[in-house]
Amino acid sequence: MTIWEPQYEKMTREELEKLQLERLQQKVKSVYEKVPFYRTKLQEVGLTPKDIKSLDDITRLPFTSKSDFRDNYPFGMMAVPLSEVVRVHASSGTTGKPIVAPYNAKDIDTWSNLMARTLASAGAHSGDIIQNAYGYGLFTGGLGFHYGAERLGATVIPVAAGNTKRQIMLIEDLGTTVLTCTPSYALIVAETAQEMGIDLAASQLRLAVCGAEPWSENMRVEIEAKLGVTAIDIYGLTELLGPGVSCECSYKTGMHIWEDHFLAEIIDPVTEQPLPYGQQGELVLTTLTKEAMPVIRFKTHDIVNLYPETCECGRTMVRMSKVHGRTDDMLIVRGVNVFPTQIESVLLSVEGVEPQYQIIVDRERHLDEIEIWVEVSDAIFSDEMRSLEELEKRVRAEMDSVLGISARVKLVEPKTITRTEGKAKRVVDRREL
Amino acid sequence: MRIKQVSVFVANEPGRLVDMLGPLSDSEIDIQALSVADSTDFGIVRMVVSNTAGAVKALHDAQFTVRINEVLAYDMPNVPGGLLKAVVEPLAKMGINLEYIYAFAESEIGKAKVVLKVSDIDRAEDVLGKG
Repeated sequence: MTIWEPQYEKMTREELEKLQLERLQQKVKSVYEKVPFYRTKLQEVGLTPKDIKSLDDITRLPFTSKSDFRDNYPFGMMAVPLSEVVRVHASSGTTGKPIVAPYNAKDIDTWSNLMARTLASAGAHSGDIIQNAYGYGLFTGGLGFHYGAERLGATVIPVAAGNTKRQIMLIEDLGTTVLTCTPSYALIVAETAQEMGIDLAASQLRLAVCGAEPWSENMRVEIEAKLGVTAIDIYGLTELLGPGVSCECSYKTGMHIWEDHFLAEIIDPVTEQPLPYGQQGELVLTTLTKEAMPVIRFKTHDIVNLYPETCECGRTMVRMSKVHGRTDDMLIVRGVNVFPTQIESVLLSVEGVEPQYQIIVDRERHLDEIEIWVEVSDAIFSDEMRSLEELEKRVRAEMDSVLGISARVKLVEPKTITRTEGKAKRVVDRREL
Repeated sequence: MRIKQVSVFVANEPGRLVDMLGPLSDSEIDIQALSVADSTDFGIVRMVVSNTAGAVKALHDAQFTVRINEVLAYDMPNVPGGLLKAVVEPLAKMGINLEYIYAFAESEIGKAKVVLKVSDIDRAEDVLGKG
């Protein structure tokens, strides 16, 4: 497997930390001078850029949260004049005003390069035919992958999400070798192909690069088997860059964070205190090279583990686990913390259960109730009521023993649960908390 | 004798049977026997039809979950004690469990049909006959 920029990706820890410190000092100075929001925050805790003498000093800097972007909507977090901005992306804004992400020409260049590095890490190379089924537009996924794939020297099919039958036709007719899309959409493509009687495992497709929503190891197994591909997890955030913050390599032992561009910390989500490597906590990221909108200590809300050991691929960059869940969609059910992804893992461990499910949380007489809807496929259906009741019982028992929650299981017809072409809506919380 | 039965998973909601029977009617499939087992959330519709493959295709096209399996079907006299003497007693004597059973009278007077799923189809067939 080719490493796109070995001079960075295989840096020794010492070299890397030296580079990170230089870049951090520069960034803190730049935001202090150019962004009133950061200057005020630093002044409030009595800091100036000169106080950043070592990487550890980063813990003295205040955090930045999603709400800071909303409060400074649209351009208040910017460190360059708008005239220098060449492009603006934005988050979907499902929870209010969107988060606006401006890029100058240098940022687009950095991003394209990091996405080429990311795709190379996933196992793509020049000569690949990359079908990009991420949404194009304000969403960073479409154009982020597009520019990275071009930089890599691949052929890009900018098909965007949706029109699944056409996607399948293009995979077959154009000899697509790499599919880039959300993991739930990868499954929709697989299912649709199956319905059309087309075996995509027999096509040229060999790699799927999936991200933009949390997904489990079991879902990876499903995607790999149904599409006949290696499925690679990729991570990114609109606030920081878009896709291209971290990505797995072919060893699939965590996503390498591109630490020459992002400084990663792990904190306890409640106390906000730093945690040692290996422990599960909230990921905090600082941009080291972003120019139009640098971000200091962004609380990602993503719960991960960080592993610092050098990977078998030779990259020294720290690896992050799959996102176990989000601090903001962590469900607290009768006092037990549960992430939807954990429920998914349990479900898929029960033989024959398809990764199409929905979790409904409700409160009846002051008690939280969880109901899990599972679609009944031909594989698990039986003419005997007893077998179906046993299936429900098995899922319930697994939920209880693995997660410590008691859930009601409801078997539903195929396609009852809404399929989405972007992010899957897995949880419906009907509690009015 | 052994016959093929088609089972369909159907949500326990008003109108779902309409959605299920429509495609069968459109495909000119005749239902010779039918029973529904129900739970709170869903039902299992079991049917013997004139064209099993056609029924499965029509139901799959309408996105239903379908399963085919073998069951036993017999003619029996439609008289008091008919079911008891012809089917139930002989199976009980051999220790064969009846998973489910549905029966119906035929238009011809004095005749009835029974469809049964048993714990051991081979032995049940030995007891009740293959014809």
